[in-house]
Amino acid sequence: MTIRDFSIRLGLTLIPIILSILATAGLILLLGGDPISVYSTLYESAFQDQTTVARVLNVWIPLTLVSIGLVVTFTAGLWNIGVEGQMVMGAVFASWGALFLDLPPILLIPINLVLATIGGLLWGVLVGILKTRLGVHEIFGGVALNAIANNIAIFLIAGPWEPPEGGSAQSTAPFPENALLPTFSVDFPVPTVLLVITIVGLVIVGFLLYFTRWGLELKAVGKNARSALLLGVRTERVSLMALALGGAFAGLAGAHRVLHFYASLRPLVSGGIGFLGLLLVLLVGFRIIWMPFVGFVLAGLLAGSTRLQALQRIRPELVGDSSLVGVLQGLLVLMILYFNGIRERWFARDKARKANIHE
Amino acid sequence: MQIELQNINKHFGAVHANKDISLTFPEGRIVGILGENGAGKSTLMKILSGYQPASSGNILIDGQKVDYTGPLAAIANGIGMLQQDPLDVGAFTVLENFVFGREPASLIDRWFHNKSSAREQLHSITANFGFKLDPEMLISELSIAQRQQLEIVRLLAQNVQTLILDEPTTGISADQKELLFSILREMANDGMTILLVSHKLEDVIALCDQVAVLRTGAIVGEREMPATKAELVTLMFGEDLPTPQRQHKNLDRQAIVLELDNLSASSGRLQMHDIHLSVRAGEVIGLAGLDGSGQDLLMRTIAGLHPVEQGRRVFNNTDVTNKTYHYLYDRGVVYCAAGRIEEGLIAGLTLTEHVALTQGTGMRIDWQRARTSTTDKIENYDVRGQHNDTIEQLSGGNQQRVLMSLIEQHPKLMLLEQPTRGLDVDSASGIWEKLLERCANGSVLIFSSPELDEILTYSDRILVCYAGETYLVDDPSTITSTQLGHMIGGEFQR
Repeated sequence: MTIRDFSIRLGLTLIPIILSILATAGLILLLGGDPISVYSTLYESAFQDQTTVARVLNVWIPLTLVSIGLVVTFTAGLWNIGVEGQMVMGAVFASWGALFLDLPPILLIPINLVLATIGGLLWGVLVGILKTRLGVHEIFGGVALNAIANNIAIFLIAGPWEPPEGGSAQSTAPFPENALLPTFSVDFPVPTVLLVITIVGLVIVGFLLYFTRWGLELKAVGKNARSALLLGVRTERVSLMALALGGAFAGLAGAHRVLHFYASLRPLVSGGIGFLGLLLVLLVGFRIIWMPFVGFVLAGLLAGSTRLQALQRIRPELVGDSSLVGVLQGLLVLMILYFNGIRERWFARDKARKANIHE
Repeated sequence: MQIELQNINKHFGAVHANKDISLTFPEGRIVGILGENGAGKSTLMKILSGYQPASSGNILIDGQKVDYTGPLAAIANGIGMLQQDPLDVGAFTVLENFVFGREPASLIDRWFHNKSSAREQLHSITANFGFKLDPEMLISELSIAQRQQLEIVRLLAQNVQTLILDEPTTGISADQKELLFSILREMANDGMTILLVSHKLEDVIALCDQVAVLRTGAIVGEREMPATKAELVTLMFGEDLPTPQRQHKNLDRQAIVLELDNLSASSGRLQMHDIHLSVRAGEVIGLAGLDGSGQDLLMRTIAGLHPVEQGRRVFNNTDVTNKTYHYLYDRGVVYCAAGRIEEGLIAGLTLTEHVALTQGTGMRIDWQRARTSTTDKIENYDVRGQHNDTIEQLSGGNQQRVLMSLIEQHPKLMLLEQPTRGLDVDSASGIWEKLLERCANGSVLIFSSPELDEILTYSDRILVCYAGETYLVDDPSTITSTQLGHMIGGEFQR
């Protein structure tokens, strides 16, 4: 890639972000609000100090974890809608460990993370078995398994795992201290081990996808499963492995929600992060390199929206409307998708032009 | 009407597909457009029929310059094209396809398309030509020949005065070809202009009044017919091509590689029963038959891609009746489907990635080796493409050459549907050289082809398929292409 190509790519990535920020600012003005204070609130809510950065990172970690898995399944041509259920099952498995295993943290933390991985993996493999053995499309299987996973969680919270002092079916009892993931510090409450796993996971999966036979086989299956089969690729095995890996990462994301974020198991524990992950992966066009950065913007917006709602309650005239973050997110998605299209056309034309010069 | 092409040029990126072509097609003539694969015939015809715009140049109809925006506009100007793969919609009936693409006569027709008048029109045209087309039949149930007939009828109903046919005799029987040709002659006598794009010289000799020959995008010759095959070959290639010679092989002492014992399989309405076949190392078996007569089903069943219903499949003295494709693939069975870009190659992957996918094992990919190997294949198989081109950027013929180049060097058994599909005589014989080389080293080849001459030339034995029934020809040198043409139409003794 030449410097010119790189700057065009960078420009086409930044312009949609800038444009959607400007367009939202216009909307705020139109509604009589003050865009400067809205954006400074958003910015502060993300970058003001360690605590706010930690808040963004605590969205970013599970978001990135599910997205790593989703890049794998998308590369294999699979629409892993079941990622939400895989998160929930990861959370349920980790919660069991947190509630019933009385071990020192040095043992309990790794055991719980492994349990979460297994929970997500099993739920992912189930989607795969439904698809390869019984011919159930992964979208339908995934949607069904999402509902089942959520109902299992609700059943456990309201039934066997109900807190002894009579809970309100809102959550299990808070997990004991030794089950919670250790953080950097009180001022920077980010679980160290999961941050490391996320970054290492990004690097390893990126390497696997781009530099190994397994990555090439995934790509081949994703682009044309029938041809891949005829060329000797074990397509069923590749699909199953992709779903297993996707589920494992989703399970870890679920662990973050219960072993750190809520410190208990709650209904709808995933908080929609699985679906946000689907959006993120589509936005970056399955390119894992862009994922952590765009993911950070999305996480920042999500973390900032709570702050903005708080601001609106105090100074409604500044904000205009509290659904602004939703508007900004929507615009961002549209713009990025639009510029993805522009980029593809640009490079296709560029290629044709270069071919002409070579003639 | 008379059509005149003036200085037509067409560029695809770096490729100059049509170079300054000027031609005149007089009224009432049958003109053959000849040329090897990639010579630019199809491109030129697509420009004339509105499927692609020319980069520069003019089209004149009866002296008037016309400009079209697409195939419908070309049809409105009286020019219609019969594509190699008929452009019909499988899930609809004959009648529904017949009315597609037509300007409704009135507002009422627009809302409630008038079936009874369309049915009458369809009936009158088909009766005129002796076609048998049931208006209520689904397209997916028709044969290739019937689908062609429907396309012709559809174009005629839209008052097309010039009919372009792209390789119309591929995949139809001798009788069906006779019928088609007599109708084309009739239409020319009535004043229509017929353009026949073909690389089958005997068709051109049988039908055409004059020919124009293209080579690498430019017109290299025009002449009145009749002409001999040798003269046409000289025009096309600039030299005489040696006709491939069949060498007689004595295979009796070779090991039996494949044995089908009472094999039965079925797919949809097609049923094949009790097939017996035993094939020795080095043998070439040609499967002859009209499209969908069982050749593909048989090959897929042998390859483990389709279930065996009854009987046994024995490979290398092992019963593999219930084994999967992957089991057989690992033991040297290669299968290539005819639809190369849907089944065989992977759009979006580069040439090198295809090679890397099929070579080596383990997690690590030896990219250096894959690139070297790709270079070899590009040279040996005369692929016009680069290492990093994605496969869909290549022309159909080049895709076919890539697919053939991916076959390993020493397979036990090759099952190839139409191995030279879309290739001209020259590159087809290049591919055959590579395939026969493998057979000389003991590989078995079972292949299908719509080209009867190809089957007669290269097969040691021929298995004729007709509606799921099979008939084995033990010595191809005893039958002629015409006899084989009748056999694939079902005229053989069980």
